[in-house]
Amino acid sequence: MTQEAIFAGFGGQGVLSMGMILAYSGMLENKEVCWMPSYGPEMRGGTANAITIVSDDYISSPIISRFDSVIALNQPSVDKFESRVKPGGMIIYDSTNILTPPTRTDITIYNVPGSEEAVKLKNIKVLNMLMLGAFVRATKIVKEETITEALKQVLPERYHKLVPLNMEAFNVGTSFVTN
Amino acid sequence: MGDLKLMKGNEALSEAMIRAGCDAYFGYPITPQSEVLEYLAREASARTGMVVLQAESEVAAINMIYGAAGAGRRVMTTSSSPGISLMQEGLSYIASAELPCLLANVVRGGPGLGTIQPSQADYFQSVKGGGHGDYKLIVLAPSSVQEMVDFVKLGFELGEKYRNPVMILTDGAIGQMMEKVVLFEQMPRKTEFPDWATTGKKPGKDRNYITSLHIQSEKMEEINLRLQAKYKEIEKNEIRYQTVNLEDAEYVFTGFGLVARICIKAMEMARAKGYKVGVIRPITVFPFPTQVYADVAPQLKGILDVEMNAGQMVEDVRLSVNGATKVEFYGRMGGMIPSPEEILENFERIYIKGETK
Repeated sequence: MTQEAIFAGFGGQGVLSMGMILAYSGMLENKEVCWMPSYGPEMRGGTANAITIVSDDYISSPIISRFDSVIALNQPSVDKFESRVKPGGMIIYDSTNILTPPTRTDITIYNVPGSEEAVKLKNIKVLNMLMLGAFVRATKIVKEETITEALKQVLPERYHKLVPLNMEAFNVGTSFVTN
Repeated sequence: MGDLKLMKGNEALSEAMIRAGCDAYFGYPITPQSEVLEYLAREASARTGMVVLQAESEVAAINMIYGAAGAGRRVMTTSSSPGISLMQEGLSYIASAELPCLLANVVRGGPGLGTIQPSQADYFQSVKGGGHGDYKLIVLAPSSVQEMVDFVKLGFELGEKYRNPVMILTDGAIGQMMEKVVLFEQMPRKTEFPDWATTGKKPGKDRNYITSLHIQSEKMEEINLRLQAKYKEIEKNEIRYQTVNLEDAEYVFTGFGLVARICIKAMEMARAKGYKVGVIRPITVFPFPTQVYADVAPQLKGILDVEMNAGQMVEDVRLSVNGATKVEFYGRMGGMIPSPEEILENFERIYIKGETK
């Protein structure tokens, strides 16, 4: 199984971390992983994204232009990446943030009211974990329980007290995907 | 089996430097490789006592490398394109004085200050000289984070074996991306130094004198002849490359570094459409793996060389096949990266539909 995903949103929404947590999870499960961030001027306020590939096999190119999954946290990301989802792939978007939703009929579309749910958890910063929850439930590319361990590896130790809140958000995210 | 970690290319390179028992790093920060100095400043001296110094400029850094290499120490610097340009004078001196040292160029888009995005436009600078005079670097082109680790160790070894500067020619994307890496065990720092090193005159021995200045032409020619003989020896012994699916190939995609991996993906897509494509990836770009191209050329309908520049390595590929097959080029510049789909489209445009631009 291979999952070629792109996490995209505004700089500061935690899209790079989402990809990184997924990459760590893949590694913990002995899969091949590659995480390629955008690091250009878009890091300073525009759109940021991270291509993340998790696979049971050797990963040839870390650079891809068609994706199995697009996880979009803002409107520009939906606009930019909807056309680049492979037929049969999926797009997961934050429906609180997006006024013009994706329209393709040959892909699966999940609308997750991520920002709204994050506000309910009293911390908008967990939006990324919420969306990641939906992604992992929909793709099953890694086990949901692996995420806790990955989170501990990505977060510096002084932030480990935030792991339970992040996992709560993750679990809320999973509940928006029913197969 | 060493430690398994998920690391950025730049961090992996830095960690490998520490583990290879590097004695000193002199550098000056520049995107997209600033993580190197940051990582070393955080980790290195406490672990091995390695010297990590932010010089006042790249010009200063390369001359510090010259000095420490002259003292027989294992030394390394890193930079990105504009910074590497500033180092060319010192590099020519080091090559002339036949000192081992390791450099990494995390290439970004140029010319000029350019952009911070990845590029391969410094190929000519790296393999055809760069500084003045007839000299060569040994140039290694990693295509994965793992090779960023492996080539630090290999680079130090080759540099010391041939008393020659070695360059790791990589790019911003490999520097920034994260992959799994297996790290080699910590190696001890050297306690004994080569007999040519300037470590202080011993009683009864002549003093060691390291210089690149030889006013007498006869002497300078002699040194040039010795250097050229060494480069021939390197060409004989140190060629490294990777090939994929050459056995039945009618076409070859070729590129170095990151682009080679994009070529492999494009090859998989081409094979799925029924085109018999293989891939050649030079791992050393000097010495260039001429023979592998020459050997496969007679069975081919053509080669597509792909680079993140306006077409540099393609000249070496053309020299290698010497007219035995067609060699076409596709490239992106200024920080843009070609996608696998783009490579496939251009292959079909050139070789299947027979169109020219």
